[in-house]
Amino acid sequence: MIVSAYQRRRATNALMLGLCAVFAFLAVGVLVLILGFVLAKGIGSLNIDLFTEMPVPEGEPGGGVANSMVGSLIIIGIAAVIGIPVGIGAGIFLSEYAGHRLGDVVRFTADVLTGVPSIVIGIFVYGLVVLRMGNFSALAAGIALAIIMLPIMARSSEEMLRLVPHSQREAALALGISRWRTILSVVIPAAQRGLLTGALLAVARAAGETAPLIFTALGNRFLSLSVTGGPIDALSLRIYRYATGPYSEQHDQAWAASCVLILTVFVISLAARLLLRRR
Amino acid sequence: MTVDSRHQPEAAIMGYEMRIEHEPQAPVSEAEALAAGMVVRELNAWYGSCQALRDVNLLAAPKRITAVIGPSGCGKSTLIRCLNRMHEVVPEARASGQVLLRGEDIYGPGVDPVVVRRRVGMVFQKPNPFPTMSVLDNVAAGLRLNGFLVRRSQIAGTVEKSLRQAALWDEVKDKLNRPATELSGGQQQRLCIARALAVEPEVVLMDEPCSALDPVATLKIEDLMRELAKEYTIVIVTHNMQQAARVSDYTAVMMMAEDRAGEMIEYGPTRQVFTTPEEKRTEDYITGRFG
Repeated sequence: MIVSAYQRRRATNALMLGLCAVFAFLAVGVLVLILGFVLAKGIGSLNIDLFTEMPVPEGEPGGGVANSMVGSLIIIGIAAVIGIPVGIGAGIFLSEYAGHRLGDVVRFTADVLTGVPSIVIGIFVYGLVVLRMGNFSALAAGIALAIIMLPIMARSSEEMLRLVPHSQREAALALGISRWRTILSVVIPAAQRGLLTGALLAVARAAGETAPLIFTALGNRFLSLSVTGGPIDALSLRIYRYATGPYSEQHDQAWAASCVLILTVFVISLAARLLLRRR
Repeated sequence: MTVDSRHQPEAAIMGYEMRIEHEPQAPVSEAEALAAGMVVRELNAWYGSCQALRDVNLLAAPKRITAVIGPSGCGKSTLIRCLNRMHEVVPEARASGQVLLRGEDIYGPGVDPVVVRRRVGMVFQKPNPFPTMSVLDNVAAGLRLNGFLVRRSQIAGTVEKSLRQAALWDEVKDKLNRPATELSGGQQQRLCIARALAVEPEVVLMDEPCSALDPVATLKIEDLMRELAKEYTIVIVTHNMQQAARVSDYTAVMMMAEDRAGEMIEYGPTRQVFTTPEEKRTEDYITGRFG
């Protein structure tokens, strides 16, 4: 049989298309598998106690991880308060002020920072904050997570601000409105939703971090509400502790806590996507 | 190229319609433009190393409409953007020469471009109202964001006055708090004019203000321009020659030189430029031989 060039091209096309589909399926499949596995393992141990009770001594049944949830909220709150404004500020600098050369340097630095292993950031903050303050704290953990959020925030807000048409800035400048006022009152409101989306994604990313917390929050089996006063627990840390321990009750709680964490992150990401789509 | 012979008034044959009521007969005097209008002297402008304007001279007569026409890419927009220092907003853009507003050089040392832009307003090619603001807030934006006025009653008064001047008040008075983006294209452009007028500029620049509009909206804006010319000095860039003939008192013609830098080849009262141009190139352009 004579295979024409046309048929061969068609076959190649079909093959490549098929390969792409398989890879796409694999990429999505991993997420579905993780979600499904965690849900299947954790959903059985999900109960009200998990959210309201403190950890009980090893080997005893019952108890919960309320202290970890509160700790996570405090730490992420601190991280958001530091990381979001600084990140948006950097994004404004990149999109509105930086020249070609300086902008490229800052952008490259941000990209490198995104790639720094989070445990290294943990050690860095340990040296910078924990050693100086003399104790582990929510503040140190918040700073570590803020550093992780920073480059994500900076790059996403730069992109969002760039999406605001140049004509908007020119309209404001031509009215004799100063540069900073133009950015504050015209550019940022126009990019509002995108900035919020970026912030949510950065928070979602930081919420799941564990490694930097080992060196900064340390973990604490009791409830701590103090920002600077000592070790504090976090959901991801509690999962790590419980999952690496030998007790099956703790394993179950680790699965349940993973369930909570992964669903929270999922919901935040979903909210961010929906926000962006509604523009 | 021989310039001396006055060419036949071919432009009139081409059917340009002149509607100017109080048509100026004589060229504007430099003294007049110096006192109350704008004077451009030996203006050069660059984008990076690429020269966009070479030695441009122009007079903008007070309370008259000066049209700048010419083929695409000849530097019309660059010229008009130099008149309120918007040119330098583009990265790596710079300009040299003098642009005198009531005799003061706006490129002089120590002159704040922000102050210049308050005195010389601008309307752009595409209507660009602020999409996050209401109709009212758009008109008030120049006042509020400059920190000029604080009192609400004052803002309301200025907004109404500006919208009336822009012949838009009757159409929007019931939807002042609606988003500006709900207006039609022509209404949005008149809103942008009202927004520019609200800060009480001395000169209004219009960069092809009708090129994104339909014919009816275009005529409305043209009528509006004639109305505004009673109070404001107006400079308009257009590549629509009929429009220049219809609305302007004076016309400047720009062309691209060999190196793509824009040059001013003719300037005079509109009727003269369209009927008895001094330059052969002007005639070729307005009779449609090129451009």
